[in-house]
Amino acid sequence: MKEISELQLPEDVRYAEDHEWAKSQGDVLRVGISDYAQDQLGDIVFVELPQAGDRLKKGDEFGTVESVKAVSELFMPVSGEITAVNGALEDAPELVNTAPYSDGWMIDVKPDDPSELDALMDRDAYLDMLKGSEQ
Amino acid sequence: MRYLPHTEQEIAEMLQAVGAEHLNDLFSTIPDSCCTLQQLDLPDPLTEWELNEHMSGLAASMAVAPEAKVFLGAGSYDHYTPAAAVQLLSRGEFVTAYTPYQPEVSQGTLQAIYEYQTLVTRLLGMDVANASMYDGASALAEALLMAVRVTRRKKVAVSEAVHPLYRRVVNTYFHPTEFEVVEVPYGKDGRTDLSRIGSLEEMAAVAVQSPNFFGCIEDLQAVSERVHTDAKTLFIVGFTEPLAYGLLKSPGGHGADIACGEGQSLGIPRSFGGPGLGMFAAKMTYVRQMPGRLIGQTMDKDGRRAFVLTLATREQHIRREKATSNICSNQGLCATASAIYMASLGGTGIRGLARLNYDKAEYLKTAFHDAGLAVAFGSPTFNEFVIRFPEGSEQTYRRLLEKNIVAGLPLVRYYPNLKDHYLLCVTETASKEDMDTLVREVAS
Repeated sequence: MKEISELQLPEDVRYAEDHEWAKSQGDVLRVGISDYAQDQLGDIVFVELPQAGDRLKKGDEFGTVESVKAVSELFMPVSGEITAVNGALEDAPELVNTAPYSDGWMIDVKPDDPSELDALMDRDAYLDMLKGSEQ
Repeated sequence: MRYLPHTEQEIAEMLQAVGAEHLNDLFSTIPDSCCTLQQLDLPDPLTEWELNEHMSGLAASMAVAPEAKVFLGAGSYDHYTPAAAVQLLSRGEFVTAYTPYQPEVSQGTLQAIYEYQTLVTRLLGMDVANASMYDGASALAEALLMAVRVTRRKKVAVSEAVHPLYRRVVNTYFHPTEFEVVEVPYGKDGRTDLSRIGSLEEMAAVAVQSPNFFGCIEDLQAVSERVHTDAKTLFIVGFTEPLAYGLLKSPGGHGADIACGEGQSLGIPRSFGGPGLGMFAAKMTYVRQMPGRLIGQTMDKDGRRAFVLTLATREQHIRREKATSNICSNQGLCATASAIYMASLGGTGIRGLARLNYDKAEYLKTAFHDAGLAVAFGSPTFNEFVIRFPEGSEQTYRRLLEKNIVAGLPLVRYYPNLKDHYLLCVTETASKEDMDTLVREVAS
């Protein structure tokens, strides 16, 4: 597993406590899981995602991610409507491991309240949280 | 594995170690209202001689083949089991109800279940089968719940020609949930009314049984096409007599999404109703939503073929309340029995035996018809069919019972509108002489 200093933690996304990231793309937010999360899970073999059109609240489970050693629930970082899911993960779930912030994205959400994005952590706050949990 | 209870001394030592005075202190958190506080009202123990006599007395009170001539199927079938199957099954290594999860010590059992799964998929024409469920009824209920998970819809439809007791189990499963079970009536030909399937909307699944409870072979192709006019709805094919698929086109061949039912027919004694074997198979697309356990084939570190519990992340010990089912075990011994049975007969043997069942049942059906009795439904049947007995059939039924002949199942018990209708079953064990006697007695 990676040391914290080895993690890719881009500046242009926001992070949730459950290790999802969200990034503004026009009027939708793109959501995935962080490099830390994919690294902790190990080789990902299956990703279960919601259907476009589903409406979910912040903190609701929007899917599951299954690795060779664990299954984890995925939680909504903001409330809103799912506008798209990454169909590529059906055949290539390992994209979450290899490119967690680009090709390994999971869902697009049209947020009910765009300002909910600002309530999420920036890179430094997330990094502090990770360092705290490592101690 | 041997089970040795603890001695009084060991119990005392353990109680001391945890700081408890009496064994009952360990259960102090259970409210009194949940406990049976008085002594159980059990009879005195019997000696071995007395117990044998007691059991013989019980056995004598029942009609058992071959002493009695039993024309009763209705979900449980009398078939010959090859002696080799009985002999192999008596091996102590196979005796377990569990699917072992330690591959390092369980290769034999895991391989037996893997072979079972393979044979089930071949018989049913499906992609993947699980390590088995408790019985046909629980398998059907689990299949319907699986369809709810796959489609995220809230309603399922079940044909009224599905075994009435299976439907009762389905209703027990569904009663506490927010999901609804809709029943689809059968038509004059004894098969599920196709026109009523067309009017269903937003169904997670439509389930029929074939051969159905009346022994009628459903037109699975037509049902499949009708069900799949809604691309999301799953088509579930249930069965109580899998031997039929030795002769008939498989559920998978007709586009079934899930095929499930009772496997007792394949080498498991009837034992007055249990234990059974829930066979469960599905299309590979839905494998992650399947209930129960799955055994997979892999390689060990030296590259040798090996067997392991696979996709266990669906299961209760990992997913807790989010598991696909609360069943973490299987019918290990019964599944092994049916695998040995299927392998003993082979594809040709199963086909030949199915043909024999069909031919004998046709003989009896024709004999009833020739004797002037009405065959209730015109649809083709396999080894069961419904005959309308002459008026006063209850007396006839009782008179035959006294002669040690069980003249099928009175359907009025489950279908009040089917007075005087009897469901009769003929397998390879029925002789021509017994069938002729039955017709003569009923017609007289």
